[in-house]
Amino acid sequence: MKRDICKVKFGTDEERLIATIAGEVDHHNARKIRAEIDGKMMRTRPAALVLDLSEVTFMDSSGLGLILGRLSKASDLCIPFSVSNPTAAVQKILDLAGMERIVKITRGKICDKREEKAV
Amino acid sequence: MKKRNRINEIKVTLPSYSVNEAAARAVVSAFTAQLNPTFDELSDIKCAVSEAVTNSIVHGYRDMIGPVLIGVKLYDDRSVRIEVKDKGRGIEDVEVAMQPLFTTDPDGERSGMGFTLIENFMDTLNVISAPGKGTRVVMKKKLSALPVSR
Repeated sequence: MKRDICKVKFGTDEERLIATIAGEVDHHNARKIRAEIDGKMMRTRPAALVLDLSEVTFMDSSGLGLILGRLSKASDLCIPFSVSNPTAAVQKILDLAGMERIVKITRGKICDKREEKAV
Repeated sequence: MKKRNRINEIKVTLPSYSVNEAAARAVVSAFTAQLNPTFDELSDIKCAVSEAVTNSIVHGYRDMIGPVLIGVKLYDDRSVRIEVKDKGRGIEDVEVAMQPLFTTDPDGERSGMGFTLIENFMDTLNVISAPGKGTRVVMKKKLSALPVSR
């Protein structure tokens, strides 16, 4: 049986698309996460995209690329983009890259209903 | 000054499949765990290993599969030496490649922050490379002293 070390869960909240990444974000997983989120965003055309990082157990610089890529995709579609609830380890990487100057980072409760989708 | 002694070492060779990025992190962190690093130290080491191995996979062996050699040495002064080596295409200009945000792969959504993160998470980083000669990344970190048990 294949064990998923990373999956994306989608939820919606007042027309916003909330993509919660659970597990390890590296170069290998980032490709699938990217396709998953972009596909959902193109299909549903939400009013905003929120990337929830509260369930990320590992992230390297591939995660920075993933965040910047989604920022650029969302801005192509004229959709506001934000990152929410990074863990302490993820926050350290966001700080080192100065991401707070480029991307809105929020903290606190964001999501209600969710549909799960394994990557 | 007391000479430090090597107390253990491991060598692992993995083919450059991207799925092995997670395997490389798991091997290094499981092996380093015997020095009782803190959670943060282990997170830093895992990230550094992931960056170096990903570089070999994405850049070293861009359109092919080749061996990624990983060596970890542990010393009795609580330092860890990690080497990640590939026989891939090598780096034209190491100094330029190490600049924050520099990447040769703009379409693949690479952030260009890999070496910068390693430099921040490890005490030392050495990159030895030449075009066609592969790349060798050597990084070291000294772990904090263990708390004194009563």
